[in-house]
Amino acid sequence: MHRRPMAILALPLLLAEPALAAEGISDGVVRIGVLTDMTGYYSDLAGPGSVLAARMAIDDFGGKVAGKPVELLSADHQLKADVASNVARKWFDEDKVDAVVDLVSSSTALAVMPVAAEKKRVLLLSGPGTTAITGAQCNAYTVHYTYDNWALANGTGREVVKDGGKSWFFITADYAFGKSLEEDTAAVVRAAGGQVLGSVRYPSPGTTDFSSYVLQAQASGAQIVGLANAGADTVNSIKAAHEYGLTKKQRLAGLLIFISDVHSLGLDVARGLYATTAFYWDRDEASRAFARRFQSHPDNAKKTMPTMVQAGVYSAVTHYLKAIAAAHTDDADAVMAKMREMPVDDFFAKNGRIGPDGLHRHDMYLVQVKSPEESKYPWDYYKILRTIPAAEAFPSVEAQKCPLAVRR
Amino acid sequence: MSELPLRFSSGRVRAAFAFMVAVGLVLPHLVYPVLVMNVLCMALFASAFNLLLGYAGLLSFGHAAFLGTAGYLAGYGLKVLGLSTELALLLGTASAALLGALVGGLAIRRSGIYFAMITLGFAQLVYFLAVQMPFTGGDDGLQGVPRGRVLGLFSLEGNLRAYYFVYLVFLGAFFLLYRTIHSPFGHVLRAIRENEPRALSLGYDVDRYKLLAFVVSAALSGLAGAMKTVVFQSETLTDVHWLMSGEVILMTLLGGLGTVLGPSVGALVVLLLENGLAGFGSYTTVITGVVFVVGVLAFRRGFVGEALGLMRKFPF
Amino acid sequence: MQALFGQLLLGLINGSFYALLSLGLAIIFGLLDIVNFAHGTLYMMGAFAAYLLLSEFQVGFFPALFLAPAAVGLFGIVVERTMLRRLYRLDSLYGLLLTFGLALIIEGLFHHRYGNSGTPYPVPELLRGGLALPFMYLPLYRAFAVVTAALVCFGAWLVIERTRLGSYLRAGTENPRLSQAFGLNVPLMRTLTYGFGSALAAFAGVMAAPIYQVSPAMGSNLVIVVFAVVVIGGMGSIAGSILTGLGLGVVEGLTRYLYPEASSVVVFLVMAGVLLLRPAGLFGRTR
Repeated sequence: MHRRPMAILALPLLLAEPALAAEGISDGVVRIGVLTDMTGYYSDLAGPGSVLAARMAIDDFGGKVAGKPVELLSADHQLKADVASNVARKWFDEDKVDAVVDLVSSSTALAVMPVAAEKKRVLLLSGPGTTAITGAQCNAYTVHYTYDNWALANGTGREVVKDGGKSWFFITADYAFGKSLEEDTAAVVRAAGGQVLGSVRYPSPGTTDFSSYVLQAQASGAQIVGLANAGADTVNSIKAAHEYGLTKKQRLAGLLIFISDVHSLGLDVARGLYATTAFYWDRDEASRAFARRFQSHPDNAKKTMPTMVQAGVYSAVTHYLKAIAAAHTDDADAVMAKMREMPVDDFFAKNGRIGPDGLHRHDMYLVQVKSPEESKYPWDYYKILRTIPAAEAFPSVEAQKCPLAVRR
Repeated sequence: MSELPLRFSSGRVRAAFAFMVAVGLVLPHLVYPVLVMNVLCMALFASAFNLLLGYAGLLSFGHAAFLGTAGYLAGYGLKVLGLSTELALLLGTASAALLGALVGGLAIRRSGIYFAMITLGFAQLVYFLAVQMPFTGGDDGLQGVPRGRVLGLFSLEGNLRAYYFVYLVFLGAFFLLYRTIHSPFGHVLRAIRENEPRALSLGYDVDRYKLLAFVVSAALSGLAGAMKTVVFQSETLTDVHWLMSGEVILMTLLGGLGTVLGPSVGALVVLLLENGLAGFGSYTTVITGVVFVVGVLAFRRGFVGEALGLMRKFPF
Repeated sequence: MQALFGQLLLGLINGSFYALLSLGLAIIFGLLDIVNFAHGTLYMMGAFAAYLLLSEFQVGFFPALFLAPAAVGLFGIVVERTMLRRLYRLDSLYGLLLTFGLALIIEGLFHHRYGNSGTPYPVPELLRGGLALPFMYLPLYRAFAVVTAALVCFGAWLVIERTRLGSYLRAGTENPRLSQAFGLNVPLMRTLTYGFGSALAAFAGVMAAPIYQVSPAMGSNLVIVVFAVVVIGGMGSIAGSILTGLGLGVVEGLTRYLYPEASSVVVFLVMAGVLLLRPAGLFGRTR
């Protein structure tokens, strides 16, 4: 008898609950999908390592956000644009995935972006480089997190020209990423007073023998041979360059180098190469702590150190979860607003800010690969030459000309 | 392969078709519509391919060229030219027919394995063009293609609407194929497949019949490709790759060469397999290969072929 | 000018691989009437065998040149006896489809196990370094590859066209029934032929390993080009396919110098052209 009044008191609470749920977590779970290249040319710099990084981020966050569990899915897009967009479409339509992470290649990123925009889901890109992502093709649901081609061109490109490399020849991967990287770097070279003598575009993926392109680079007579490619392509072109004696008279500039590439090549071959990176595991205590946990994680079969793409995935997922917690919802518009509002300050990025065009502007580092004598312990590959502050490292919002940002 | 088609009473045929139509109407409400639309497109592709292989006896190893060319042009029509959906489909189909006339004209000069290799070679040329030409987007593919409006009026946004349109087009094209197969033209094709010198001696212009079959097959494959672009709102190099040419052969073989429904059944089976195996990564290729090998060694008549064989033994 | 010579020489090196592979294909097609779509896969298996011999058993390049083809040749024999044998009485299209399916299975299995990014295979110690030619620096290994390929091709041609064994093989192709009536063991010859063709493909694979990286996809893209080579050369002509392979490698090299993007399709353009003018191929006999 006494319980009834209490029950009546409970009623308003019951009524209030649905109102909260409407702006809460969609179907009670936050699902994050890592869509990456698991077995192909970029699998070492992203792939299973990216999945691991996302897994670690979710676990470190406690496995739940705003009181709801977080689930992780993963899939292999095999570097194919149609596989990527079909998986993303199915994830959004059928599996109720809230955010897709990584994508690693520019083609797949450009293919998934319209799908994410149409379905209003979040896209956290770590790996693709083309500046079109936050430029002409930008949309309100995409975050270009780790690096972009402009940053690479501006870091490595400018440094090499300063170092005396005035004439350039490019060996370029013939797809969105490579072409964009070549263009961005050529602009930097010309602006710094250098000249571009020519370039050759090779089909990618699919090329393993770079002899012919190395010969053309030699024939050009350029001081610097710029490699506008990534992953296994970079490794193979560097090897071919050594095999044909290119390095005797000319210098190589790898525009996008990952620590996994240096590991494949060995310091003997890679020594002296400049690189612009968003993350180096041995930079400070915080980065070392993360890297050691990553390396010793039971899921890390090859015991590799995290590349900037993988570290970027960890940081992006963490930032995403923080944004959900702050917004009390996983609704894409609200979360994107929060992600832009909150600064990023973790082991990955100091002074990181996601702009209205979706580009995450943070400090980058200019590094140089050590010689075998200078390296004292495993994975001691880089010496950090200087820190490039965020404002200098990335193109400004005005320069990117994203229609959304410029309108605002 | 050289068996006469079973004579069904027209009542049974009509009942079977009615059943098929009914199933097709209900399916998208039970299964992910995009998957069903994919099946329809590939079923049309395989059925068009079957006209050439199962009825005319010509193995083309480059049919993906027609699928993809039409897909790209239809996508271009929708995205850049702002065409209405049916005009874009027409553009795709016409381009595939033209390409078919070109390739067919050259390939018909040889027969058997040479014919197959020639079609493969031309398909590689088309692949190269698809990679190089700026409008296709190369490796990135053609993305963000709108589904467009049918006759400029009816929008196809939304999976269910798109489905019924695709279904309508499929039924129309399938009916066209069916009539072609059972027409005098179809009979001559079969005669050519079984004994070409004899057909020649009977006075038929064998080359012209072969070419016509090739063009029709290419055109309808193009229609399938154009529809696929509308469904997925994108077109990529996968649709012009030789693996796609191999896949359509598999569908036709598995379903039943030279049967009317066989290729559609084959398309359904292969797509279900691929969908179910999506989580297995590389194993999809392996299983596809195993199905091919088993199919060639022990299952040459395909599902429908075997079913027809059973019905012959136990007529009901 | 110098750049041109460099590309032509590279083209010749690539051409020698085309020649080796189209030789194997032509032999199998000529004697078995089967278009061996698995040829690229057998080539890949040869390269992987060399890699595995090195990584698991520390067996170097030169022994691998014999062991890998032997292993893959044995595999080829098993395939022929268990599967291909059943298809001879059928339309040749089934042979093509079966080998296509086999290629998918084998490539899929390797892809599952090894991924697609390619594993490096080191150039053997003895052949490191290079020759400083006036127009380019030629790695020693590539020179070795060209010379060895040429020797093997010539040797194969010699065996088939000039020896008794070769004449038995040719008889078995032209008229199996009659040859069998004369006491020739035609089934055995077919088995040996497929085994030999597989071994030849694997040999090319071992030679290719230090140059092209060992990866599961290395064969399938190559085999399409080799088909075009064989069509151009005229299927069934051994000498024709060798010469065409070399020639097309050079043409490819020339294209790389003039218009690099088209280098992957120039072979098909040539094929289209040749078919217009000479439907039977350059050296083919109309069968």
